Amino acid sequence: MKIVVCIKQVPDTNEVKLDPKTNTLIREGVPSIINHDDKSGIEAALNLKEQVGGTVTVVCMGPPQADVALREALAMGCDEAYLLSAREFGGSDTYATATIIATALQKIGYDLVITGRQAIDGDTAQVGPQIAESLGIPQISYAEEITVEGKDTLVVRRQYEDRYHIIEVKLPCLLTALAELADPRYMHAGGIIDAYAKDITVLGFDDLKDSLNPEHIGLKGSPTNVFKSFTKQAKGAGTILTDVSPDEAVTEIIKKLEEKYII
Amino acid sequence: MDFKLSKTHLLQQEMFRRFAENEIKPLAEEMDETEVYSLELLAKMHKYGLMGIPFSKEYGGVGGDYLAYALCMEEVSKMDASSGITISVHTSLACSCIDSFGTEEQKQKYLRPLVDGSKTGCYGLTEPNAGSDAAGQQTKAVLDGDSYIINGTKIFTTNSGFADIFVMFAMTDKSLGTKGISAFIVEKEMPGLKVGQNIKRMGIRAASNCEVSYENVRVPVENRLGKEGDGFKIAMKALDAGRIGIAAQAVGIAQGALNEAIKYVKERKQFGKRISSFQNTQFKIAELQTNIDAARLMTWRAASMKDNKENFGPAAAMAKLFASKMANDVCRDCVQLMGGYGYCREYPIERALRDAKITEIYEGTSEVMKMVISGSMKIF
Amino acid sequence: MSKDIYVVAEQRDGIVAKVAIELIGEATKLAADLGQKVYAVLLGDENIKDRAQDLIEAGADGVVYVADKMLAEYVTEPYTKAMTQIIKECDPEIVLFGATAIGRDFAPRVAQRIYTGLTADCTKLDIDVWKANDEDPGQKLLFMTRPAFGGNIMATILCKTRRPQMATVRPGVMKRIEKVPGKKGEVKEIKVQFTAADMNVKIREIIKEEHKKVDITESKVLISGGRGIGSPEAYGMLRELADVLGGEISSSRANVDAGWIEKDRQVGQTGKTVRPQLYMACGISGAIQHVAGMEGSECVVAINKNDTAAIFDVSDLGIVGDVKVIIPKLTAALKKYKVDNA
Repeated sequence: MKIVVCIKQVPDTNEVKLDPKTNTLIREGVPSIINHDDKSGIEAALNLKEQVGGTVTVVCMGPPQADVALREALAMGCDEAYLLSAREFGGSDTYATATIIATALQKIGYDLVITGRQAIDGDTAQVGPQIAESLGIPQISYAEEITVEGKDTLVVRRQYEDRYHIIEVKLPCLLTALAELADPRYMHAGGIIDAYAKDITVLGFDDLKDSLNPEHIGLKGSPTNVFKSFTKQAKGAGTILTDVSPDEAVTEIIKKLEEKYII
Repeated sequence: MDFKLSKTHLLQQEMFRRFAENEIKPLAEEMDETEVYSLELLAKMHKYGLMGIPFSKEYGGVGGDYLAYALCMEEVSKMDASSGITISVHTSLACSCIDSFGTEEQKQKYLRPLVDGSKTGCYGLTEPNAGSDAAGQQTKAVLDGDSYIINGTKIFTTNSGFADIFVMFAMTDKSLGTKGISAFIVEKEMPGLKVGQNIKRMGIRAASNCEVSYENVRVPVENRLGKEGDGFKIAMKALDAGRIGIAAQAVGIAQGALNEAIKYVKERKQFGKRISSFQNTQFKIAELQTNIDAARLMTWRAASMKDNKENFGPAAAMAKLFASKMANDVCRDCVQLMGGYGYCREYPIERALRDAKITEIYEGTSEVMKMVISGSMKIF
Repeated sequence: MSKDIYVVAEQRDGIVAKVAIELIGEATKLAADLGQKVYAVLLGDENIKDRAQDLIEAGADGVVYVADKMLAEYVTEPYTKAMTQIIKECDPEIVLFGATAIGRDFAPRVAQRIYTGLTADCTKLDIDVWKANDEDPGQKLLFMTRPAFGGNIMATILCKTRRPQMATVRPGVMKRIEKVPGKKGEVKEIKVQFTAADMNVKIREIIKEEHKKVDITESKVLISGGRGIGSPEAYGMLRELADVLGGEISSSRANVDAGWIEKDRQVGQTGKTVRPQLYMACGISGAIQHVAGMEGSECVVAINKNDTAAIFDVSDLGIVGDVKVIIPKLTAALKKYKVDNA
């Protein structure tokens, strides 16, 4: 089975802190990691390969720094890696990103595509389904469990808030992985050495332009754009109410819970 | 001269750091309290290659270098010094003896399972009456046909509680002094090998460290490492390399302690301010980090020299001498920075201080380090 | 010209999701700003049009629906095909979906098929004028605001040229409007020609399950008790509050050591590190070992008798008061709030 896993390199947003003086994010020193859901996707792919044989290819769209994320995937046991990187790709929203990645996947070839459900920086959870649509293949998102039946059938447990579906799907198809799908292995100390001995194929605009509509990529080709971004209030000692009656306290607490969307 | 780590080393360091934080850190306190090393953790360390770093892929090893091994020792020891010594004794002492002096058959039979994740090794040199004076070996190996019969007692054999393979040393010809010592590969299953109870210690309490007695243990001649009389040379060569591991362990213990202390002082408030805002605290932390950095660079230098096949012995001795003293000083100061809480077992800092002491003693005491260093300086 | 706001009224087993009612409420405000109408979209089996009247009473001016057994249970392709046809025939200005396990699978597939912009998990929607430059007379656009970067920043997104402007919206954020019983509205059926090939996956089983048991590190709301709650029985009152908010109870170390509560509910240096959306510290002084385990919480509300308690240094809202009086009142008030806003 040729399995292709799409990954994203993201800042570890759990480690991101707000500078209380400037109210901006402190990005310096925040480590870059493989997005958690994507890493589970890699692990699921490696498990499938161990079960039924085949290869695991890892693909990442990103700047040159994303190289280390691909090396990590190789060190976990993936067989080959592609970096999709070009000036022309920059500023792409999810539509444009999915279009580019789908074009590359068509060139690379696949039986099964696995993406993470959601990246912890963009938080959209859109790219996986959008790639599937671009490729014209079925998608099953929120995959909690995957089993292989026969040569070309997968049985997937698909999670909803109040239920789950057991779905049978034929290859080729795309799955989006939840972190629960698989507990990712560490890199192997020797696997890291092998990873750096391999070549990572870089695909730029020229490599894909035959099948890529330039009107649909990059900042200009993206149907959505960011108008502005801003930080929420920095956390510190907030309000302290000293002389309130219990009923007033309750009112204030409810107000705060509403403000924070807890109720 | 490039002091930066290569991309491969950086990624390996990242892996060691994550493994240590996620797998070792949660177990460290309990293992120390119960004085039992987790065999499940040991198996994971084997699985991800932490126990076979500087050995060739030809034998199933990782194919890494001593610098990578030093990075591993530091990251692991930041979380748990006992895990550090478990790796170190297996790697620098047990495995390296076979790697450096084993025949092809011995390497295939014994080195391979030790470095490919299957088996754990230990190293039996020290005896109740032979510590720094390693030449005073009383364990005897007597040739009897196609095997040796070994009798004697070894003490402080790290990993012996769960090791499969025992690289050990015994006297084959007392009249030749140090040149009468030979080295042997003994398997756990060989009749007469008895591993005693875990010896109660001040620190690295989770590590397995026992007395091992050899009662008429019959060991085939094929299991002798090198020629008769090579034993002392083999033992000393292994210890030379081991010093790099211990220096790295000391650096890790110290850095781990300082990291905890820094976290604490940034939150702890006294006299209306966080204690990290007092210049005294800031200056103290600056001193401690400077000393840790110095020890780290000395360790990396010794590791690089070994990787470049230079005469690294004195450099490794200097690194261990400096790093081990530094670790004791730094840990003591970190306990002080944390005050009463530093003394409580609730925080990992008092364990770091207890663990640091042994780095001045094992694999060659600081006094022996000074012997090695002054000996290499040709001043007498 | 694209016109009107369409709200996808997600349904499961024929029951319309709460988020749909919330979105219809929100859509009426947006539609008023635009001078346009709100239509609800129903996709379901042959009986689905029975739900139309509820949606009109919830604020929709009309309902369009597709009724087919292919749509009984959510499957990506039949739903996408139906929605695509609705969009082609109705040419909406805006389409809103709930950001649910259905919506976040469904909406992106539609957006990619018809080549338009989709913004995920919005927490705020506004109609405002956007100008490309000073000379531009400007156009009214949907300003879609949503959290990003793990919730550390908010971003406002625009879909300037492609139509419809699409968004998935976080459940529980928008407000429904007052129901108008007996309200009249147009109910229109759209017929979609499904083929067997549209069901390109096979649902072998549908298993409904209750909410899974969580451990405190996974709970979105933690009601935590310290020394100040007074007795082990007081956890009963915290438990009631936790249930109302859909959360769990937790504890500082002191009460665990005293045997008042199990160790796996301990937050702190030697307990667990938690980062819930809401951490209520009740009668907790805020010792450094405790704070280390919860300071990453999104919102901290602390109640303590002592105005110098260190916990107030890390709370968003601190109340100096008696936990034993305030908590039961809060629980009662929240129960009432839930009923009023159901």
